[in-house]
Amino acid sequence: MQRISGRTFVKACVDWRGVLPAVAVLLAVSVPSCGPRDAGSVVTFWAFGVEGEHVAKLMPEFERRNPGITVRVQVIPWNAAHEKLLTAFAGRSLPDVWQLGNTWIPEFTILNAIEDLGPWISRSRTLRASGYFPGIWDTNVMDTVLFGIPWYVDTRVLFYRSDLLAGVGYVNPPRSWDEWFDVCARLKQAHPEQYGIFHSTNNEWAPPVIMGLQEHSPLLKDQDTRGDFSGPEFVRATRAFDRFFKNNWAPVKTTQIVNVFQAFAEGYFAMYITGPWNIGEFSRRLPDSLRGRWMTAPLPGPDGAIGLSTAGGSSLVMFRHSKHKEEVWKLIEFLSEPAQQLEFYRLTGNLPARVDAWRDSSLAANRYAAAFFTQLNHVVATPKVPEWEQIAQKAREYIELITMDQYTVEEGLAALDREVDIILEKRRWLVRGE
Amino acid sequence: MANRHAALFFLAPALLAIGAFFVLPVLAALVLSFTDFDIYSLGNFDYARFVGLKNYMQLLADPLFWKALKNTFYFLLVGGPLSIAVSLGAALMLQPKFVRFKQFFRTAYFAPVVTTLVAVAVVWRFVYHPRFGILNYLLSLVGLGGIDWLGDPHWAMPAIILMAVWKNFGYNMIIFIAGLQGIPGELYEAAAIDGAGRLQQFRSVTLPMLAPTTVFISIITMIGYFQLFAEPYVMTQGGPRNSTLSIVYLMYQQGFRWWNMGYSAALAFILFAFILAGSVLQSRMQKRWGI
Amino acid sequence: MQKFGRFLLYLSLIAVAAVTLAPLGWMVSASVMPTGQSAAFPPPFFPKELTFEHYLRLFTGIRLARYLLNSALLSVSVTAISLAINSMAGFAFAKYRFRGRDQLFKMLVASMIIPSQVTMLPLFLMLNKMGLINTYMGVIIPGMAGIFGIFLIRQFAMSIPDSLIEAARMDGASDFRIYWSLILPLCKPILITLAIFTFMGTWNDFLWPLIVMTDDSMYTLPVAIANLSLEHVQDTELMMAGAVMTVAPVLILFAAVQKYYISGITAGSLKE
Repeated sequence: MQRISGRTFVKACVDWRGVLPAVAVLLAVSVPSCGPRDAGSVVTFWAFGVEGEHVAKLMPEFERRNPGITVRVQVIPWNAAHEKLLTAFAGRSLPDVWQLGNTWIPEFTILNAIEDLGPWISRSRTLRASGYFPGIWDTNVMDTVLFGIPWYVDTRVLFYRSDLLAGVGYVNPPRSWDEWFDVCARLKQAHPEQYGIFHSTNNEWAPPVIMGLQEHSPLLKDQDTRGDFSGPEFVRATRAFDRFFKNNWAPVKTTQIVNVFQAFAEGYFAMYITGPWNIGEFSRRLPDSLRGRWMTAPLPGPDGAIGLSTAGGSSLVMFRHSKHKEEVWKLIEFLSEPAQQLEFYRLTGNLPARVDAWRDSSLAANRYAAAFFTQLNHVVATPKVPEWEQIAQKAREYIELITMDQYTVEEGLAALDREVDIILEKRRWLVRGE
Repeated sequence: MANRHAALFFLAPALLAIGAFFVLPVLAALVLSFTDFDIYSLGNFDYARFVGLKNYMQLLADPLFWKALKNTFYFLLVGGPLSIAVSLGAALMLQPKFVRFKQFFRTAYFAPVVTTLVAVAVVWRFVYHPRFGILNYLLSLVGLGGIDWLGDPHWAMPAIILMAVWKNFGYNMIIFIAGLQGIPGELYEAAAIDGAGRLQQFRSVTLPMLAPTTVFISIITMIGYFQLFAEPYVMTQGGPRNSTLSIVYLMYQQGFRWWNMGYSAALAFILFAFILAGSVLQSRMQKRWGI
Repeated sequence: MQKFGRFLLYLSLIAVAAVTLAPLGWMVSASVMPTGQSAAFPPPFFPKELTFEHYLRLFTGIRLARYLLNSALLSVSVTAISLAINSMAGFAFAKYRFRGRDQLFKMLVASMIIPSQVTMLPLFLMLNKMGLINTYMGVIIPGMAGIFGIFLIRQFAMSIPDSLIEAARMDGASDFRIYWSLILPLCKPILITLAIFTFMGTWNDFLWPLIVMTDDSMYTLPVAIANLSLEHVQDTELMMAGAVMTVAPVLILFAAVQKYYISGITAGSLKE
């Protein structure tokens, strides 16, 4: 039998039978890892993705102004954020303050996990509801109670190749759905191998839902306990959305486009509905030759007025059972200062929630941001139910199948409603006793 | 030795641990699967109801469940035999006496088995990159076009199968080697005397004598493959278009992402039922073929 | 003709080895490439320049040392504890006679079929009530219940001659003394094998630590790598360095003790 080299296995050298249990007991006793015991309070702050990485850079200034408070930032990838938060709730290990996508706020109010910020804001000298875009502020309010302070805002606007559109007679971007379809048709005629627009139906639920909102579909009905996707408004919207695919104005095989930036630069598609982070990304990743040949614009609406868009973004929320609520509020106020909002914008490209911050030259002069500013005054919230994330994913799946001719519009939306009704079953029982 | 107290003393820690942290959770999962415990219940226990078989019925009516089932079976029925065939092939290649450096080859073939699945999934994600991945590069060398392995719903599962076979074949290979070594040389000699060529010897001596080993390997491979999760989690997140959604992934999604815990528990038991059925089926076949 | 056959065989052996080792080789190679170099067409197999900046970044910016420590600590603890209690149980099943012994053993072995995912949710809720979520014990405790270990040890211990045990008894040794001074040393080979299995299994475990550890300072290596990969989708070289750090310890360990590991697999698969 081969001898083991005396490597990791202490057992081979010392009387291993004694060491084994000793090691075991020792380790079992050093139970939860204790962080350093600082003098002063430590505030734990969870932030996601890119925001998480960059917000850490703002902390030294906060700590300088508030000696005695240390902020520990933990970065979590967006993919894992939802489950991490819920697991932390179940494990009673939520941080003192965290970034929360505003569509997730309803879930956490049901869980009773976040603090009612009404009393805090009424005592605040720097924060007021009027400092924020109304549509955005509204997403933080559940049944008149305020649960979060908007941190940065997100909405969807139209990014487009201004040169390609001008080439088919559209010096100004389309303002109504009719113009939108028309420009697509013209683009297809001029460039048969290319597409007018790219809808990433394999991972984005926003574009078709936005069109539904623009048609004033409530999305859910009966006190948000049943799906209304088969309602006439959403059917109209989905039919319109589907036109892009049936007329070959948008690629059906969305996975073909591996690199969005490259495809946009090559003119493979001329329009794209996406969010503010792409202002920075497009500027960075598009070749220099593209400079000045693309632009942003508010979304076209069904009848010529500016179309509604989603009121997205993240808020800062406070843990209901935090032991450092005063410190957390200071942090929230700090991150809401226009100066900090601007600094954050410079670091991440995320648009500030504070309207005042927009008056700064860096944003006011930013041609691309202008469209967002206009759009932010025309945003509306999606239904404020905890199940929304799950419902949105289902909607995306079914609409994608509709665009692929697996369902007709009516069949697909009816099937979607059936599934949504199942998802909402618990809520129905709680709210209406059915 | 009939000292009952001593036996109890030695058994107690393990049985206690197994009882508390295995048996109890299994029973609890069973109970959970008959309730509609979800995120509302997490906030307030009163919001959990006893619903009998409703979760199971709902699962059977859920198209996503059938999709996950189909995907898992696809993985199992293609990846399983493929993996076993490759393992057997590798074991056979290492069988002849004249082969040198057996130790090196065995170690090389076994290396993927001990690596951390998550880490190699990350590596393979890049191997499968449509533009910069080794695989498409090699394909281009023989004139074949590039495939969007992880982005094309038709190719995503084959991509995962390929990676799983790469990772696991070494394990079964070792067992096959032991099995092959257990075949008496006289049987081969007798067959050769009867005029059997190498291929015939393989069919009439090797395969039958390997049958018990093969059955054992099939069962453990099947049990393992039913539990497909980490590869879709790291590489494709169940997509594209749910083509790599496995049963365990769906369970994870429902249980830890959407917090439909009763539903998720029911799914876990259905998984268990399949594994049980599969094992029973395989041992039945084993008995029928008189092994 | 035979020579040609041999040549083909060697060719196949080498080809398979190349396929098996190529991804791992590329992993190491890419981990020392400067940022961006790996994303080129054709994909480079060898780095043009060597750099260790990614490893540096892993240990400074991303605090990989912490995750390494967590993985090591947990793997060693689980191995130590489960070896202790499983060897006792395996010994009891092998050498003691009591009513229901064989039925109990058969039930335990049969229950190995139940996939671990069945227990995850309730176990999570249970540990949550005990306040053990996000602690080391939250991972150690479920790792203690290992039926496979009991099985292996029982098989091995059965081969210890009863006469040895009788002799020790006649010399006045207590049951525990027999276990401690006689059985355990005789079981050394299987214990080592089991230790290796358990250590590697715990090191590579992904789903459970993912669920239990909510604080990033508690992550184990696989969880940290998965996190990293979801976060830094563009940073190939950094990812590879992280993968190397996760895979290298177990590979090195395996290379050192492969005889035991492999004999353990065959021991576990032989029919009684």
